[in-house]
Amino acid sequence: MAVQILIPTPLQKFTNDEASVDLEATSVDALIDALEGRYPGIKGRLCDEGGKLRRFLNVYVNSEDIRFLDNQATALSDGDEVSIVPAVAGG
Amino acid sequence: MIVTATLSRSTFTGLRCKECGHPYEAGARHVCEDVCFGPLEVVYDYEAIRNRVSRATIEAGPASIWRYRDFLPIEGDPIDVGTGFTPLLKANNLAKRLGLKNLYIKNDGVNMPTLSFKDRVVSVALTRARELGFTTVSCASTGNLANSTAAIAAHAGLDCCVFIPSDLELGKVLGTLIYNPTLMAVKGNYDQVNRLCSEVANTYGWGFVNINLRPYYSEGSKTLGYEVIEQLGWQLPDHIVAPLASGSLFTKIRKGFDEFIKVGLVDEKHVRFSGAQAEGCSPIAQAFAEGRDFITPVKPNTIAKSIAIGNPADGPYAIDIANKTRGNIAAVNDTEIIEGIKLLAETEGVFTETAGGTTIAVLKKLVEQGKINPDESTVAYITGNGLKTTEAIVDSIGAPYTIEAQLDSFNAAWQQAQAALKG
Repeated sequence: MAVQILIPTPLQKFTNDEASVDLEATSVDALIDALEGRYPGIKGRLCDEGGKLRRFLNVYVNSEDIRFLDNQATALSDGDEVSIVPAVAGG
Repeated sequence: MIVTATLSRSTFTGLRCKECGHPYEAGARHVCEDVCFGPLEVVYDYEAIRNRVSRATIEAGPASIWRYRDFLPIEGDPIDVGTGFTPLLKANNLAKRLGLKNLYIKNDGVNMPTLSFKDRVVSVALTRARELGFTTVSCASTGNLANSTAAIAAHAGLDCCVFIPSDLELGKVLGTLIYNPTLMAVKGNYDQVNRLCSEVANTYGWGFVNINLRPYYSEGSKTLGYEVIEQLGWQLPDHIVAPLASGSLFTKIRKGFDEFIKVGLVDEKHVRFSGAQAEGCSPIAQAFAEGRDFITPVKPNTIAKSIAIGNPADGPYAIDIANKTRGNIAAVNDTEIIEGIKLLAETEGVFTETAGGTTIAVLKKLVEQGKINPDESTVAYITGNGLKTTEAIVDSIGAPYTIEAQLDSFNAAWQQAQAALKG
């Protein structure tokens, strides 16, 4: 169940400057725990004390915002691409 | 040897997280990467500003946003393409039609060089981009920002690559291509374009005006607050109505008002802030109506493409301001938006795009609901020009009478026209 995760620049200090990492996970929550297992400390950046993703972070599974899916319970399958993107302004 | 004393002109000292306050140096970064991923804001030395500026020094400055340069995050010479200082119209006809007594239109549809308020933010962002050493600039855009970034980059001699959703109005596409940037039309909505750009920004080392330059970029919108104060004779209005896309403009108008109060340029006054969205993309209005302080993203489906942001980054701050100032956030449908465009054109001679139609339609709605007092001095912010979105109104306006170059032909058509007026 390998999933590819795109890591934003500010978090690459945790991933030895890797912009993309592959991990095994069956849900977004499990993915966050798997990231923490490999890169200790990263979960504290992604989530608040209650384990909820920080509100200024957007997470996409295959380009779809997880808030349109099942949020952190969103299931992942082999070959999925997950991107973590800090919110940006626009217009 | 002649030694020339140089006095630093910059009044900003760094960046700070708007959420947790963590400080950062004034580089190309936009999120609180060490703690909470909140947005970063520029920090100023307001004592220095207070000592340096007065109404007289501002009035003696250029007729552009750079008359407020002490309030903007740049160090050296600005890129001045005449941006800003757009008309503030006393809109008596529209006021009368709506039942208001004191209505003003801030018309950024005639901003320079590309006819939208985006010229303000881009002038600041590209000035800062140059200072930070970028040679290529970029943005994710719903159209107006692309126009502005491409134009001002051309003027400044910067390379430019911009990203837009592929379904934009022709005027906005042409109005970008003419400056000869690299234009990427992405198959997807704005939020998808933005996600892609965040990934590009991670790897390409470009200055993205609305991503890694965002703290500087967004400060440009404050000038819409400063100008209204100055144009009202150094007074604050009672109420403002502005369109909400990401919510950034709304928060920065407020910041502009607050800063002029803080440095003593204008007396303190409570100003109500009301925001306008299109029903087909109204995540902020929905959250406001439901009393939420968080945004549930939506997928846009509206003719108001310039404000069609389904995942607005500054939405929570916009809701907070509307609540704190006893303002409102409302949404109108596409038919009302077109009626808003026509109403402003017919009463005031101002042709705005769909975002402006949204603002006028929401203004009308709030007056009808008794949410704007007729006596309040109210400023409606018109942020873009109608010639860029002609597709939106082409089926909703009249057609010319095609006639022969003969008096008879004219007489017949004139009678028809008079009958149509009466009918």
